[in-house]
Amino acid sequence: MNKVIAVFTKESFLVPVVAIILGLLTGAIAMLAGGFNPIQAYMALIEKVFGSAYNFGETIRQITPLIFTGLAVAFAFRTGLFNIGAEGQFIVGMIAATTVGVSFDLPAYIHAPLAVIAGAVAGGLWGSIAGYLKAARGVNEVITSIMLNWVALYLANWVMNAFFIPTGQQRSEMIKESSMITITWLSQMFDSARLHWGTLIAVLAAIFFYVILWKTKSGYELRAVGLNPHASEYAGMNVNRNVVKAMFIGGMFAGIGGACEILGVFHYQAIMTAQPGYGFDGIAVALIGGNTPLGVVLAAILFGILTFGAAGMKFGAGVPVELIRVVIASVIFFVAAHGIVKIFVKPILQKKKEGGH
Amino acid sequence: MSSVKKVVEMRGITKRFPGIVANDNITLSVKQGEIHALLGENGAGKSTLMNILFGLYQPDEGEILINEKAVKITSPNVANELGIGMVHQHFMLVETFTVTENIVLGNEPKNGLQIDIQSAEKAVEKLSNQYGLKVDPRAKIQDISVGMQQRVEILKTLYRGADILIFDEPTAVLTPQEIHELIEIMHNLVKEGKTIILITHKLKEIMAVCNACTIIRRGKVIDSVLIKDTNPDELAAKMVGREVSFHVDKIAAKPKETILAVENVTAMGNRGVNALNNLSLEVRAGEILGIAGVDGNGQSELIEVLTGLRKATSGRVLLNGKEITNESPRSISESGLSHIPEDRHKRGLVLDFTMSENMVLETYFHPTFNKNGFLDYGAIDKHAAKLIEEFDVRTPSIYTPARALSGGNQQKAIIAREVDKNPDLLIAAQPTRGLDVGAIEFIHRRLIEQRDNGKAVLLLSLELDEIINVSDRIAVIYEGSIVGIVDAKATSEQELGLMMSGGKRMPGGGNDE
Repeated sequence: MNKVIAVFTKESFLVPVVAIILGLLTGAIAMLAGGFNPIQAYMALIEKVFGSAYNFGETIRQITPLIFTGLAVAFAFRTGLFNIGAEGQFIVGMIAATTVGVSFDLPAYIHAPLAVIAGAVAGGLWGSIAGYLKAARGVNEVITSIMLNWVALYLANWVMNAFFIPTGQQRSEMIKESSMITITWLSQMFDSARLHWGTLIAVLAAIFFYVILWKTKSGYELRAVGLNPHASEYAGMNVNRNVVKAMFIGGMFAGIGGACEILGVFHYQAIMTAQPGYGFDGIAVALIGGNTPLGVVLAAILFGILTFGAAGMKFGAGVPVELIRVVIASVIFFVAAHGIVKIFVKPILQKKKEGGH
Repeated sequence: MSSVKKVVEMRGITKRFPGIVANDNITLSVKQGEIHALLGENGAGKSTLMNILFGLYQPDEGEILINEKAVKITSPNVANELGIGMVHQHFMLVETFTVTENIVLGNEPKNGLQIDIQSAEKAVEKLSNQYGLKVDPRAKIQDISVGMQQRVEILKTLYRGADILIFDEPTAVLTPQEIHELIEIMHNLVKEGKTIILITHKLKEIMAVCNACTIIRRGKVIDSVLIKDTNPDELAAKMVGREVSFHVDKIAAKPKETILAVENVTAMGNRGVNALNNLSLEVRAGEILGIAGVDGNGQSELIEVLTGLRKATSGRVLLNGKEITNESPRSISESGLSHIPEDRHKRGLVLDFTMSENMVLETYFHPTFNKNGFLDYGAIDKHAAKLIEEFDVRTPSIYTPARALSGGNQQKAIIAREVDKNPDLLIAAQPTRGLDVGAIEFIHRRLIEQRDNGKAVLLLSLELDEIINVSDRIAVIYEGSIVGIVDAKATSEQELGLMMSGGKRMPGGGNDE
């Protein structure tokens, strides 16, 4: 029992939890100021997410891509890079999956994995462009990865228009059934919520994230380069190669995320007028999750619930969707501003110190 | 004596950090016009105590009296108002600003909206003359020597009206001549009514300038003594808690075959001009070659060329007769060269890695630790535990981040790692910088042990004492060339000093134009 209490009063656990509570309180104040009832609103949010099997399933669908993009940002961050390009990597993952899904006719056990792998490779290569430019030319990866997001967006629309969209339509042909990763029986259990194998892949990706960074030789190099490039260089590591590698692996996560959206959720790719937004949310997810794989999964769940539940707040309590963004932003703000949260956490920790020994 | 005012009195200061008591009931009393040394090993709690006095930390217990009035120093600004100034070990100067601009920074005299630089320059000049600092108020920081930069730091505190000056390891970066001048300046300051607290490990300096000395060990005051009643051996014993020998015991070197041969190496420095000019030297098995020189004469660039971090534009480097010129750092390291880097935080350690991870920084890919791309952390931990035990690295556990260790223990860990590679050539760059006598003794012993095991050691240091005591032969570097090689037993500080300043050339200097 003491052990359990110890876990829940640990600072690394307490700070994000308190940050979330403070964020929700700030959101409540914003709602009060706008003349809405926050309790009713939050109840509506919970009702929306957990109220029906369909909505619960759809919440899981919402969470899945956030895990991928969160991992993409967190992985790069662990190696000292700021990957703002998860958005673009996500999009090229979509393109690759659509291309494979539409163009080939293969048995399902080859077709679907091939489409996922194509998404991974495409996302990885897209990420390594920014990595390469940083390594070879010293261009800041923040700038290049942001710009590559826009290149990816318009590239996607061009590829769709040029090859996959029948005349007069706004979306590509359907991908072949053999390439879909929808889990039909589970989907039926959840009243046709769009559940797919991507969720499992996301969890596996988080495990892969952990294993590669903390168990392998490559991970040792990646972390060393991220924490101290000078010492790593002196120790004989190739800093530039590790930068490219880190961006490749990060991009891979986002690319799989994009691929799973096509293969598991939509089964076609539409013309996009704006960025899908998962990549940018991924930055917040990585930040809230403290750039650890478990943290990213938990943060994605929180983010997914808030985003999906926003619809419930709108219908249930009449709160505009913009306000839920205020709540999310407040949570991120408090997580990022550790110092503020620690002021609130301090009394709890002190009590523990006095009570314990 | 009691008629002299006590300017600083710290009573029963206790400061706890998670896991340790950094200051345990410390009492320090400094009299007006005194140069008071604060002596202690690394991690003894000197810096914590001074940070409390300078308002960076708050004590958990105890009280502080300045000029016999109880005060609460809640921030460095409060410390400044109370007349306390700190001359940091690492200078806090803006390189591209002038001396005056740096001094007035944050406290600029205004003339309407403009900074009144003229009157500031005058004020700086006046202060400089008053204390014999000889600083040009209009010079840019990047154009003046390290010694001068330090004086700018001193002026900064004086300009802010400090009466109590804390010097944190002030001589660590200075040449012997500059140290003499600094001692002169300290005397001038005291003559003008200032009081100085000197944080240092160097007993020689304490004996030369201080009136009193408070010795701290493991967070506790061991003793407070008057310098006239003590001697260096007693001080060292009190600081370390045992007898320390200053004399480096060693048998005569038995040099054998040439391990490292540097032939006419030229390399570019960071500023785009040649930092190494046609430099040649040799290090043989079973000897320690010391390189003496004033900081910035090509020492860092030489190490970088030898370790593969900087390209030589011409010339050759041979290790064991095999050419390693401009090879990659890893291939050089694998050919039998180990290196204790000059800047242990930048090059030597990944501070946020555990000690265990740091101990395999150059060997993690060897089959012992690397099984098909997966690291065997069990083997790595065992390796670390062995080295940490063997080299007496004091760390709470092998899983402690390197950042949490004291400088001396970090350095011991690096030395353990480098020596364990069993290199033919060990390059030690400023291996004892910032360390206390206990750690210095340990490190010198290890270097000599390497030599006695028939290995070659190249020692670079800015401390002449260290070079003279530890080396067998001494090469003097000046403006990127070796200007002379002398026998360590047959030379003197004066002779080396002359050569270091370019005033004398000796045979063996490979650059006879």
